[in-house]
Amino acid sequence: MAERRTGSRRLAALARSRDRLTGEEPEGRGDQGERAGDDPAAAGPPPGAWRRIGRAALHPGRSQVAAAVVLCLLGTAGVVQIRANDSGDAYSNARREDLVQILDGLGVESRRLESEVTELQGTKARLQSGADSQRVAREDAQQRVDELAILAGTAPAQGPGIRMRIVDPQGKVGADVVLDAVEEMRDAGAEVIEINGQARVVASTWFGDDDTHLVVDGARVTRPLTISVIGDPHSLEEAARFRGGIVSEITGPKIGGDVQIEQSDDVVVTSLHAPPAPQYARPATSGPTPR
Amino acid sequence: MIPLIGLALGIVLGLLLQPTLPLGLQPYLPIAIVAALDALFGAFRAYLEGTFTDRVFVVSFVSNVLIAALIVWVGDQIGVGSQLSTGVVVVLGIRIFTNVAAIRRVLFHA
Repeated sequence: MAERRTGSRRLAALARSRDRLTGEEPEGRGDQGERAGDDPAAAGPPPGAWRRIGRAALHPGRSQVAAAVVLCLLGTAGVVQIRANDSGDAYSNARREDLVQILDGLGVESRRLESEVTELQGTKARLQSGADSQRVAREDAQQRVDELAILAGTAPAQGPGIRMRIVDPQGKVGADVVLDAVEEMRDAGAEVIEINGQARVVASTWFGDDDTHLVVDGARVTRPLTISVIGDPHSLEEAARFRGGIVSEITGPKIGGDVQIEQSDDVVVTSLHAPPAPQYARPATSGPTPR
Repeated sequence: MIPLIGLALGIVLGLLLQPTLPLGLQPYLPIAIVAALDALFGAFRAYLEGTFTDRVFVVSFVSNVLIAALIVWVGDQIGVGSQLSTGVVVVLGIRIFTNVAAIRRVLFHA
């Protein structure tokens, strides 16, 4: 019986010392919650807890000042951290491994985008060269159209050349003489020929005579004749003046006329030839014709 | 009452002064805050249970914060910083939950 009392006393002492030991670190105890549920005296009745809070609110003490200081620190630190998080500068808080990982991801992404850029640049160059070749072909075609328009007499033309003024008081310069003159000019490289500023000489132009007048393409031209020619002025004049050429023929005793030739840097030919639409011929669908 | 005033004062100070932490300490501030929260809830629980001591509170607060930051710092030095900080947050979170559960039991008996 006595032994048992001693044993229970020792048990109680042990429990007290345990309480004392564990009580020194109240906030770290994981087993306190269970113990509090077992032992209402340790936890205190709820009115006691509320009363304690109320009393503390009315009678502040030294411990509350310490808690206030600690809470002040905590509030400041919390605000600093929240601001740092909110500032969007997430990288300043990141540790080195995370930064390395982020950098690695960015490097992979950058390589992927670079290859995409290269690919797109290739596509762009391909499209551009395609557009370029199309543009070159279009310019080429336009140039040919212009040249052919001058050749066919459907477009005005200007350039260096000569103006040949033929005066024959006796009216003996007929279609054959003018045709000779045109042929001479063509031989000398004439590109555009115009008679009296009204008749454009083209491939199909014909010359004829009626009673008093010269007729070009069915229209009368009045004397004196002025033939405007675009070509190399020197060659044209030489072609007209060589011995036995058109000038000596006109100024010869058979015709008795006079020829004045004036070289010019800017001969303007504005008369046009209206080609009739071809009735039978159609363009053949072949490749581009050699020029 | 005074602790609440202190908390409000701390928040106002943080907002007004906008203090900046040295760059080297910035990774450890979140961990330190979690540790401080743990110490805070532990202190409140001890207060409700009548075992609160301001000396223990201050010492445990400071040591909690310092040890949490130290663990993460050591982890950073040996290359397991992120894992260790996760572990510290988990452990402190469990302790916070335990403390809050005890507070709840004392206050509401539920």
